[in-house]
Amino acid sequence: MTNSPRTPGVVSGRLSDEALAQNFSDLHPPYDGHEAMVAADRCYFCHDAPCVTACPTTIDIPLFIRQIQAGSPEGAAKTILDQNILGGMCARVCPTETLCEEACVREAAEGKPVEIGRLQRHATDSLMAKGIHPYDRAEATGKRVAVVGAGPAGLACAHRLAMKGHDVVLFDARPKPGGLNEYGIASYKTVGGFAQAEVDWLMQIGGIETVYDHRLGEGDLTLTGLAETYDAVFLGIGLAGVNALSAPGTETDNVLDAVGFIADLRQADDLSSLSVGRSVVVIGGGMTAVDAAVQSKLLGADEVTMVYRRDRAAMAASGFEQDLAASKGVRLMFNAQPVAVHGNGAVREVEFEHTESGPEGLSGTGETFRIAADQVFLAIGQTLEGAPEGLEIERGKIKVDPSGRTSLAKVWAGGDCATGGDDLTVTAVAEGRDAAEDIHQTLTA
Amino acid sequence: MADLTTDFVGIKSPNPFWLASAPPTDKEYNVRRAFEAGWGGVVWKTLGLDPHIVNVNGPRYGVVYGADRRVLGINNIELITDRPLKTNLEEIARVKKDYPDRAIVTSLMVPCEEWAWKEILPQVEDTGCDGIELNFGCPHGMSERGMGSAVGQVPEYIQMVAEWCKANTDMPVIVKLTPNITDIRYPARAAKAGGADAVSLINTVSSITSVNLDTMSPEPSIDGKGSHGGYCGQAVKPIALNMVAEIARDQETAGLPISGIGGVTTWRDAAEFLALGAGNVQVCTAAMVYGFGIIKELNAGLSGWMDDKGYASVAEVTGRAVPNVTDWQYLNLNYITKARIDQDACIKCGRCFAACEDTSHQAISMSEDRVFDVIDEECVACNLCIDVCPVEGCITMEELQPGDVDKRTGRVVEAEYANWTTHPNNPAAKAAE
Repeated sequence: MTNSPRTPGVVSGRLSDEALAQNFSDLHPPYDGHEAMVAADRCYFCHDAPCVTACPTTIDIPLFIRQIQAGSPEGAAKTILDQNILGGMCARVCPTETLCEEACVREAAEGKPVEIGRLQRHATDSLMAKGIHPYDRAEATGKRVAVVGAGPAGLACAHRLAMKGHDVVLFDARPKPGGLNEYGIASYKTVGGFAQAEVDWLMQIGGIETVYDHRLGEGDLTLTGLAETYDAVFLGIGLAGVNALSAPGTETDNVLDAVGFIADLRQADDLSSLSVGRSVVVIGGGMTAVDAAVQSKLLGADEVTMVYRRDRAAMAASGFEQDLAASKGVRLMFNAQPVAVHGNGAVREVEFEHTESGPEGLSGTGETFRIAADQVFLAIGQTLEGAPEGLEIERGKIKVDPSGRTSLAKVWAGGDCATGGDDLTVTAVAEGRDAAEDIHQTLTA
Repeated sequence: MADLTTDFVGIKSPNPFWLASAPPTDKEYNVRRAFEAGWGGVVWKTLGLDPHIVNVNGPRYGVVYGADRRVLGINNIELITDRPLKTNLEEIARVKKDYPDRAIVTSLMVPCEEWAWKEILPQVEDTGCDGIELNFGCPHGMSERGMGSAVGQVPEYIQMVAEWCKANTDMPVIVKLTPNITDIRYPARAAKAGGADAVSLINTVSSITSVNLDTMSPEPSIDGKGSHGGYCGQAVKPIALNMVAEIARDQETAGLPISGIGGVTTWRDAAEFLALGAGNVQVCTAAMVYGFGIIKELNAGLSGWMDDKGYASVAEVTGRAVPNVTDWQYLNLNYITKARIDQDACIKCGRCFAACEDTSHQAISMSEDRVFDVIDEECVACNLCIDVCPVEGCITMEELQPGDVDKRTGRVVEAEYANWTTHPNNPAAKAAE
């Protein structure tokens, strides 16, 4: 540790190795066996349970919790994975507080839901620890499907297709599979290399050939080529672009996109080698903004301020995420929009204007203020980038029908790149899975 | 403050809570700790003739858990005392001398021959203890040797041994009954006929708590084999309450003092035993699970409830509910209720719906937005919805008033009491007059 939180500028090594290890440990540590039993016993086994309705992948939650109660965590895992092959990751990263746990009747009754996410993790961890992959491939169909993008949507699609007996070739632009599971998501939500372990486990199904470091639209990897070569194509390419800030000064040094910062952090072998500012400003109000702000603080930034242009209620980050940020010492500011980045070479201050909501939408009040910053992270949304020609685009995403079919024959899409989702891992899994079912129906009709 | 002292067949104790004959009352050390904690009395763990018996050297207890490993029931294969008779007698005498205000009753189990009882009774009397309890109840081990429940299952033996004891000692004689019979009234009548001063019940229920599915051995497992044991604890309380009530309301045994045993865990359990006719209660499993300290809750809880209700003494509580225990045929068929769901309290879990729809009378409706309502036309008031509802007080039974129409039957509710004995569907119905 050569620096401290108050060392000026953007530097590494602000905290000791012990403090960093502590800060980036598991946000929700796994249950031990008895804790899981006690937690499972709280489930009422509701009829037509609201938690199931709230789950984008429609996991039979009361059933899997009952299986944990009955001492069969591996059976519980099978119930989960039947619906959501990335149930292990979703157990860690799902905003359960706005999905299943918000719907839990015990949330209504006591403000304390059954901890479905942690129970799901207990089940899936138990199964994976035993090295069990409870699925076999159906008889070979002789059909070949290209899946582009090895993120949650692509992985779910590839697994389901392989299980149905199709041969899958899975492409990804990055050197590793996993998509945002590997390159996005705060690291305290998925510790211990879980994203790769889960992909390795998923690949045990067999029949999935992987081609990494190949980006669609570069070299000979084109959608037209794939559509000619394969019986079907699934696009799960995510949102590779990031929105830029339309304010003067954004070219200043140390004004960075939050997505890249999170990816660097996830890929770092040594957290003490990562640089972070003394005063960090994060602009945005979603999960990415929270992940960047919290992790800046955990890396040792002295002051971290998250600024969102609308009010708290409009924030995409859940109440839990907001509280998490606040508890780590992040300052949350609302109703302020950036108007300029100041600095000579490197950023020194960000200037904001207060906003208010009116009948015509959000508008600036004219009153401005400045926040000192030696590092700024932009988390104001990601965009579809590199979508192949010929696909119909709607509101910046590839237009798909409820089965995931695009405007092109033989081409399906799902996950963040496609319309219909809400940019959650769990939704991407559901879309990949459902597209695979539709592809299977189509190819075997 | 309510008076908790009891006089049970002449045996006085400062409260109605005795520790039952069992491991907690096995020796001087435990009993002294119990008395220091505040227990009103003990039934000293059963003595037998020398040479003393031996116990297994592996596990003696099996268990049934509820949520969070809460012990609902324990079974045991422990036998009577495995220490020399003289040792026990000396300890009883010492403890009684130091705690003259507490009850010490000595549990006994010797062969079913009069000489054996004649031999042991004077020695027990010499300790100065307050009475004896005849262990005709243990279902395991000793019963294979013609003692314990092997005696308790034959009313003639009960009467015979009770007579021997009454003839050979002046101490009060309590006969402890086994529940492992078909009708508890017969052994109770036999005890009374033999001159017993009281009965105590229940002893443990013959049981296998679980099977180890890897080794295929019943638990507790001794070298891969298991033997049925005696089940006790909260799980057996309903069985015990019924048997106590059966004896209390049987004309032949009405008034026979009863020491209530079986799953007493809180003061409320004790009050229920008293209400159904017990003069005091004996506790074992709760003490084995939580230690002797629970006596403070038992005393304070019972005393507080008695104060609230205006009962000045334990004797005033004894038997209060007995007149309300009746036979099914005398239940009022004109008492008609319907379930009512408090929509503000409902948390929309739907358990009432699942239970009623799948296993009862399809009398609860469910709307798309999860509002649950009772369908009066179908509701038979079975109570299952209330039983399964996780929110206390959310579903209640509303009594229909005379003149109301029961929408299920279309009949007007009548004010008059009417039971099965006069019902037109009863082939043996008597004229209602």
